[in-house]
Parts: sequence; C-alpha cells; structure tokens
Amino acid sequence: MDLNYIIAILAAGVVAGTPILYASLGEVIAERAGILNLGVEGMMLVGAVSAFYVGTFTENKWLGLLVALIAGGLMALIHAVITIDFRASQVASGLALTIFGTGLSAYLGRSLVGIPPTSTFKAVALPVLSQIPVVGKILFNQDIMVYLSMLLVILLWFVFYKTKVGLLLRAVGENPSAVDALGHNIFLIRYAAVIVGGMFAGAGGAYLSLAYSPSWIENMSAGRGWIAVALVIFAVWDPGRALLGAWLFGVIASLGLHLQALGVMIPSNFLQMLPYIFTFIILVVTTRETKHRRSGTPTALGIPYSREER
Amino acid sequence: MSLTNRRDSRRFVVMFERVRSMENTPMVEMRKISKEFPGILANDQVSFDVNSGEIHALLGENGAGKSTLMSVLTGLYRPDGGEIYIEGKRVEFLSPKDAVNNSIGMVHQHFKLVQPFTVAENVMLSIKGLKQIYNLKEIEQQIIKQSEAFGLSVNPKAKIWQLSVGEQQRVEIIKLLLLGAKVLILDEPTAVLTPQEAKALFETLAKMVKSGKSVILISHKMNEVLENTNRITVLRDGKSIGTVYTQNTNEKELAKMMVGRNISDPLERKSSRKEEKIFSLDKVSALGNNGLLKLKNISFDIYAGEILGIAGVDGNGQKELAGAVAGLRSIKTGRISFCNRDCTKSGRKKRMNLGISYVPEDRMTTGLAPDLNAYENMALNSYRGYRGCFIRWDKVRKDTDRLIRKFDVRLASTANPVKMMSGGNIQKLLLAREIDSDPLLIVAVYPMRGLDIGATDYVKRLLLEQSEKGKAVLLISEDLEDLLSMTDRIIVIYEGEIMGVVKPSETTLEEIGLMMAGKRKVVSS
Amino acid sequence: MKHKLMGSWEIKKTNSSSALKKFGISGISIVLGLLFAGLFVLITGKDPLQLYSEILQSSFGSFYGFSETLVEMIPLALCSLGVSLAFRMQLWNIGAEGQFCMGAFGATYFALFFSELPKLIMLPLMLMAGFICGGLWALIPALPKAFWNVSETISSLLLNYVAYFWIAYLVYGPWKDPKGNNFPLTKQFPESATIPVFGDTRVSYAIFLVLLIAAAMFFLIKYSKWGYEISVSGSSRKAADYAGMSYVKNVLMVMFLSGAISGIAGMAEVSGVLHRLQQTISPGYGYTAILIALLARLNPLSILLVSFLMGALLVGGFSLQTSGFPSSMVSMFQGSILFFVLAGEVFNNYRLVRKKV
Repeated sequence: MDLNYIIAILAAGVVAGTPILYASLGEVIAERAGILNLGVEGMMLVGAVSAFYVGTFTENKWLGLLVALIAGGLMALIHAVITIDFRASQVASGLALTIFGTGLSAYLGRSLVGIPPTSTFKAVALPVLSQIPVVGKILFNQDIMVYLSMLLVILLWFVFYKTKVGLLLRAVGENPSAVDALGHNIFLIRYAAVIVGGMFAGAGGAYLSLAYSPSWIENMSAGRGWIAVALVIFAVWDPGRALLGAWLFGVIASLGLHLQALGVMIPSNFLQMLPYIFTFIILVVTTRETKHRRSGTPTALGIPYSREER
Repeated sequence: MSLTNRRDSRRFVVMFERVRSMENTPMVEMRKISKEFPGILANDQVSFDVNSGEIHALLGENGAGKSTLMSVLTGLYRPDGGEIYIEGKRVEFLSPKDAVNNSIGMVHQHFKLVQPFTVAENVMLSIKGLKQIYNLKEIEQQIIKQSEAFGLSVNPKAKIWQLSVGEQQRVEIIKLLLLGAKVLILDEPTAVLTPQEAKALFETLAKMVKSGKSVILISHKMNEVLENTNRITVLRDGKSIGTVYTQNTNEKELAKMMVGRNISDPLERKSSRKEEKIFSLDKVSALGNNGLLKLKNISFDIYAGEILGIAGVDGNGQKELAGAVAGLRSIKTGRISFCNRDCTKSGRKKRMNLGISYVPEDRMTTGLAPDLNAYENMALNSYRGYRGCFIRWDKVRKDTDRLIRKFDVRLASTANPVKMMSGGNIQKLLLAREIDSDPLLIVAVYPMRGLDIGATDYVKRLLLEQSEKGKAVLLISEDLEDLLSMTDRIIVIYEGEIMGVVKPSETTLEEIGLMMAGKRKVVSS
Repeated sequence: MKHKLMGSWEIKKTNSSSALKKFGISGISIVLGLLFAGLFVLITGKDPLQLYSEILQSSFGSFYGFSETLVEMIPLALCSLGVSLAFRMQLWNIGAEGQFCMGAFGATYFALFFSELPKLIMLPLMLMAGFICGGLWALIPALPKAFWNVSETISSLLLNYVAYFWIAYLVYGPWKDPKGNNFPLTKQFPESATIPVFGDTRVSYAIFLVLLIAAAMFFLIKYSKWGYEISVSGSSRKAADYAGMSYVKNVLMVMFLSGAISGIAGMAEVSGVLHRLQQTISPGYGYTAILIALLARLNPLSILLVSFLMGALLVGGFSLQTSGFPSSMVSMFQGSILFFVLAGEVFNNYRLVRKKV
C-alpha cells in the first residue's frame, strides 16, 4: 500500500464526508440552541432533489445550491413552528419531517431519475496550498463546496465562542429561562438556529446530487442524515470536532470501496455496513466519555420552553 | 434561645429612613394588578409601590401571590388587570425585555444561571448593548469594578458550577448591576444562605439602596423583614392586606396580617424519643452524581420516636444522605444497619419492605409519576403486594379514596394526572401514601418547602404525630426555625461532613449558622 | 404562551381534555395534513383530488383492494404494536425496520434448512425464530441505553441499515435461489413454511396474531404489574427508581419485546405473503409504524384502526405507480398528517379565551 494510495483514500474520504459535515454543522447549531432536529435526512433529500432539478435545468450549479438552501430552510421552518410555537415533541416532529421529506423528494424527483447532470462542482486545485506535499493533495485539491465547508467550520468556531450571537445561542440551549428573563428573544434565536440548520442540511443534500454522485436517485442520502445527527454527539457539539467526525466517517466509507478494489475478499454488503457500525460504536463510546464531563449535551436540548410554566 | 438584637436592627432601619429620597413619585407603582391562572386568582387587585433608596418587603406565606406579582413586574407574566407606572409614567410590559429596558431586574429563587458558562459569560448576557465581537478583558474588569463597589467579590473566570450557592447569588446580583438595574427584586434570597451570609447580603443591599437604587424583598420570614426594610406590604391569598412602615409595626401585627387570624399556639413538642436504636450509619461515604465524594465519613444513629433534623445549606450532601438512607444511593464505604441488621447492600425495594419510607424533595418527578393519576400513584409502593401478576385496581381505588378522605387531599378528579394538583395537596398525597405503609423510619426531605401556612402546619403536625406513635423521622430542612421547634436533635452538615450534633434547647441560631458555614463544633467531653 | 398573532385572544392553559375533543382535533389534523401535502401535488401540476380518489378506489373500491389493505395492515399493525410498547417507556425504538428484517431472516433460516418438518412444527418454530431474532436485534441498542444512557433513537436506526445489508448479502450470496435468474431472492418456501390464507385473497391467518397481540397488550398494560412498571418508567424514571423498579431490567425487556413483535411481523411477511426472502421485504413498514403509533397515541386498539387506514394509503400508493408516481410518495401524506396532529396536540392543553379589555 503506497503513499499515493493512502492519499487517494483520504482525499476521497474528505469528499465522502463533506455532505455529512454540512448536515452535522447545521445540526450542531440547532442543538446548541436546544432543538433536536431528526429531520436532517428528509431535509438533505429535499435539498438534493431541488438542487439537482434547478441546477440541471438552469445549467447553473450555484442556483441549484441556492434553491437547496431555501428548501432546507423551509422544511426546517415547519419543524421550528411545530416544536417552538406548538411545543410538540421534537423527536416526533423530526421523524415526521424525515418521512415527509423522503416522500416529497421521491415525488418531486420522479422525472429526474436517469437524467444526466449539466452543472456540477468539480475539483479546483488551490494555487499555493495544493502544492504542499501530502496534505495539499488531500485537502486543497477539492471542489469549492469542500473549501466552503472548511471555512464554515472556522467561521462557526469564531461565532460560537467569540461573538454575542454565539453566546446567546449557547446560553439558550443551556438555560433558556435565564436568557428570556434578561429580555432576549429566545424564540427568534431558536427559529434562526433551526432554519440555518436546515439550510446547512439542504446544502449537504445539494453536495450529494451536484458533486458527490451527480444525479438523482430516490433516497440517495442512504441514512447520511442520521449519521450526521449521530456525529453531533461525537463532536460534543463543537464545530471543529464535527469536522473531524465527518471526515473520519468519510474515510471509513471510502475505505470500504477501496478495499474492494484492492481485491480484499469481503463481500460488498459487509463493507457497506461498516460506516453504520462504525457510527454506532462511536456513539456508544462518546456518550460514555461525555457522561462525566462538565460540558456536553446542551442542558435544555429537547425540552420545549414555556414562559408561563405553572 | 435568642434571635438577634432587635434594638440594633431598629437603629439600622431608622438610618435608612434618613437617607431615603424625599421624592413623592415612587420609582415603581403597581395599581390594582390582577393575574389569574386556571382555577386560581393569584393576584387580586394588588397595589404596591417602591421608592428609590428604599428596601420594601413583600411579605406573605407561600402561595400568597408575591412571586406572581413580581413576575408581572419583570414582564414574565402579563397581568389580566391593573397598571404599572415607572417614575410616574404608565408602561406596559409585553415581555421581560420591557422590564429590562426600564432597569428592573430580579434575582429568582432558582437562579437563572448557565452552569457551564463562566461568571463573565453569564454577566455578559445582561449587558445592554453588548458589542457583537465583545472584549472579554474589558468586561471582566467592569465586573470586578462593580462587584467591589458593593462588596461582592467574585472571579469572572470561574465556571458557575464551581461556585457555592452564596457565590452564585452574588453573580446574579452582579448581573443586575451591569444591567443597570435601578430596581432590584430578590425572591427569598436568604433561603439558601447561612445566617452569616444573609447578614452580608443585607449589608450589600444597604449599600445599593444608599446609592439610590430600590430593592424589593420577597420573603416569608417576618424577622428578617422587620430587621432590614423600610416598608412592608403583606399579601394574603392574592390580596394586599396593607402596607406599613417597618418601624411602626411588630411581629404580632404582621403575623395577623399574614395569616388572617391569631396564630395558633406554637406546636407543643414533647420528646417522645425512645431508647431503641432504629437506624445506624457507620463511617459512610458516598459519591454524588458527578462522581465526586459527597458524603465523607458520616456516622450517626436514629432512635425510635425521635425526630432527627439535618441542617445545612442546600448542596452540602443532604440529598445524597437521604438517598443513602432510603436505599436509592449506593455507598462507597461504611456500614448501614437497620434495627441492628446490616442492610448496606439493600436497595430501595428491600429498604421499603424493612419499613423505611421516603418523602423526596422532588415531589412531582421522584415521589410521583406526573402523568399517572392519583390511584396509579398510590400503588407505587404497594403494587407488589398483590398476589400474581395483576394489580387489583378496585382495591387500590378503595384504599386511595380512604386516604384522600383521611388526609383531606383536595383534587379535581382522581382520574386526572397528578401533575395538575396543587403543591400542598401533592405533598399530602405523598405523605398519605408513605405513612399508610406503616413505616418504622420516615425520611422527609424539605417536606414543608413551598407550602402555604395551612399545609405547612398540617405536615408538621403529621410528622410530630408519627414520632409520637413511635416512628423515627429523619427531617432534612433549610428552615432553621422549623428544625429548632420540631426536632430532638439537629445534625449540621457541611461539605458532606458532620460539623456537630446539637439539641435545640441547648443551641443558638448563631452556633448552627457557624456550623453550616464550616466551623466545626468543639465537643466538650 | 401569549400569541401576539391572536390579537384580542389569549391562549390559556386548561385542565379539561375530553375524548370527543381529542377525536375532533385528530380528525381535523388529518384533513389539514392531506390538504397540505396536496399543495405540493398541485404545485407540480397534478390534481391532488384525483390522486386521493385513485387511492380510495384502489384500497376500498373493490373486494380485492380491501383485502390488500388488510394484507398491508398486518405488518403495519404488528410493527406498530411493537414500537408503541417501547414508546410507552419513552424508549424511541426507530429500529423496527431492522427488527422486521431480522425476524424475516430468522424465519427464513428454518424455512430453507428444515424444510422436511411438518407445518405444525415448522410454523411455530419460524414464529419463535422471528420473535427471538427481532428481539435480539432490538437488544443491541437497548444494552448501551440501559447501562450508559446512549440514545436509542439513533443507535436503533443505524442498525436498520446493517440489517438491510445483511439481508442483501444473503439474497445476493449464499441464499440466492440458483434457479432464480440471478434475482436477489431465495428459493420459494416449502408449503409447510407458508401461513395459510383466506380464500382467494393474500390475507394470511397472521391477522389473528395481530388481534391476539393487540388484545394481550391492552390487558397487560392496563392490569398487569409489569404494564404498570412500564407506565411509571415512561412517566418518570426517577419515580421508577424511587419505587424500586429496575429500570435496566425494564429497558431490556421492553426493547426486546418491542423488537420481537416487529420480528414476528417480518416472519409473517415472508411466510404469509412473500413465501421467500428477497431484498425488498418492506416498503418502510418500520417507519410507518412509528407514525401509526404516534397518531394512535400508543393505544393498542387505536393502532388497529390507524394501521388499517395507513394500509389503505399504502395500497393506494402502489396503485399510483401505474400512473407513473413513486409509491413512496405516500410518505408525504403520512408525514404531513403527523405534522398537523402534533401541532393539534396543543389544543388539548390550551384553549382560546377572549382577553378582557
């Protein structure tokens, strides 16, 4: 196994992990504000189908991406209204969203199956950076959305820990009543967090249909949305660790494919199981780890907030 | 047993009067405020005002409507009737934001702090006009400056969970200072403080009031209010009974206003403690929920017929102690024995069968299953007693109806989930169930907390009655007066260790206060 | 919560919650849900009403259609009953799909390798295999939950995919029918491994299982000590600990049973309908079951009703395929209905009151 091969796997891993990264980052934002959104899978699918539809027919991938953002945001809006205004169960609403999104995307994409893409995100080597040995080929010879995702991680880190908005966001997820009593509009903060989260999920879906495997197939996210949610726990709600988790997952997933090509005699179905088993194990290990830590799950996660609790 | 020197405190109060602003327009005026909740008129046309430079107490028993009134003033609740005037101008508070903009702030009973954040991060939330990209150093300095001006020292970099309850309260006050609050509302602030800390708090408040701020003190403690305020408004059953100048009133008058009748004779307590040792803890250590040692080498005995009190500031191990006694918390080292038989390894089920009843602090989620109805909850401990796999609900219903009658529990319907019941009745239901099982030891954790005078009285009498019948009661309470009047012995606990064991007749509030703050009692042999 | 949008109205908390009110709200929610989903159909230029009538026609318009609805109802009801058991204890078992698959796998094992056994022994054996395999599959996420409080929601769901691929491995690999033209399916089951059906329909006797399990669950939950422990644990874990109930034991037992019932559904599907194991044995029964459980508010009797309705929707969806629509589009209607039902819940706890001026 030579170096070039390893680099190829890692580079492919970054690509495979990018849609999950987008979705994970979005979920980190929502959960930091205290809202659990299990509709990520559905939002990714709707994002994927709308991105492919618009991108292919307008022959403009950016327009496709934009529409995916809007679609994801709108779906998240439904979740926001149900869980924040109507204070319904966040788990149930998220599940409903995923089921709805799966059906909606299948319906909207029914005429798109088999249609070739006309505008996709292709790899663009960055001028100086891609010349760096090893790292350059893995990280800086990717498409724009990968670069964007890396920037987003840095941006989110900064916003979370260095700005007022980030402070409020984190506070709302820990103790919304404390923030409410000081006059801040926590409903606005939560709405914004959920919708932005949805937009990120939509972007993740767009990446699937416009970059990762440019096409539309029913259910093409194949559970990536769920993995993104699981990885949020691994990430301990931190953008940087979300990056680590998503890329790690991507490498494991692409490893599977490459092992086959290497002639390793494992039936493909088992290799396909690998990412899910891996995520399961990570979930268990991380949960155990954070049990004794002081900073972990946002305290108010999953609990609807009401001012007049009597 | 003496309380504090009344003459000194009067002098204190008179000094305030001289400093008080001479303005006619009150800082805050609430006129005929009404607020209704399903089935309850919490505030009934209450009028209340505060002047700048004044400490005004809102006195009343639990459930009188004090917290509700202040929740209206802080914008948390919208009133159903009445008006609010700030410095003479009519205002309408649609949300907490409006109250904050009018420089009104509140320190709630349950602190509104973000535990994983630092002090600075918490305080930042209250700074009006905080810049998007904030300057942490600058803010930390501001915090230090303001806190020192009023004698509240705190480390801006400390995380909230690392602070003691008293320190956390200081952070809450600093929040109000940096918010620019001109009116500070404190809801039962001394409930979580040692007597010494309470004194320090009032000194701080005096400084604030001197600088022109207004302080509204919500309390149910007459003595505290008589010693530290300018005026007192008494609420009872949602109505304002009257406003008096502190220097012109006294305990008896206030009590009458609070309760509406001449208070009944204080409980007569004859010690019914027997020789029989029922329960023993021997060098018991246990971990808390966070994995740290919460109980350190605790040893004591409980005798039949006695009421043993545990005093201490909340968070020093009382809850863990109760859990260890009841069998809900496994201990790390030591031995526990019941009637001279070792039961260290026995869990809750076995201890229940042995006769240890448990009235938890957390009534609604621990003592009762909130979504189940009264019948279903009554069966919580007894359901195993039915033969076979099935529960005889007809029998459960009969027993429940009997107990509801006997203990005078008021509830809309036994078919409704118990979470709809009022606090006092929930406690009665719980006690009814625990006492009906004819236990030998009753562990009661903060049983009178949050109950109105009627319910409090009932619970006290009930516990005393049980001890007279030969049962032992382990009473954990933060109300020192209750402990002093009800118990045979008081154990003071601090940071998981026993600071001292005293008899109510042989100790003072001061002594207990010192032990609560960590000063070990010198045992004279 | 005061809603500014409401103007001179206010939303106040109420103590009342009559059964009629609950029914009415559910009914309105279903209608609104269908309307909302219909909007998306409208946007793409198709007539939603036509779609609905097609669905109704295919599932209720003929005897055969009606029987097909029952055929779909069986796996839906079983999975839903299983899922609702877990939900009662606030255990979000999203893995019904995988448990269904594993149950089918277990049953298939006996059907393929013990084909000489007489029906009277074979069927109960397959039933037990389905029960145990489904139960064990649910136990995998249950163990971390019971001991370390690991979220069972995601972990159970991840296993769905593992189960899919396991089945795929078998039907593409070692269990593939050599005479099957390379299609991903096993040999057809012997007659001894097939559950008899009613007349000319495809409705198998498994429907008795549905009724039996629904009735059993109803009684056990209401009257048994174990059912009581589940209710208490679901309402508050602390109260369960306080009462000396073993939360760990209950989590494991409930999850096992929950998965086992879905496993039975899998067995019933391969043995009573498909007569073989193939790559797609479920059009998402496990997920729809969750919807059903939530819509039916976990009540076993309501589950029967809602499963029937969802079965009708599924049958309608299949028939839509001939008109060029993907059958999974019915998920759109299902999700949409759940949105409105969830939102409608709030009206059970609140009522509108004219604000006093």
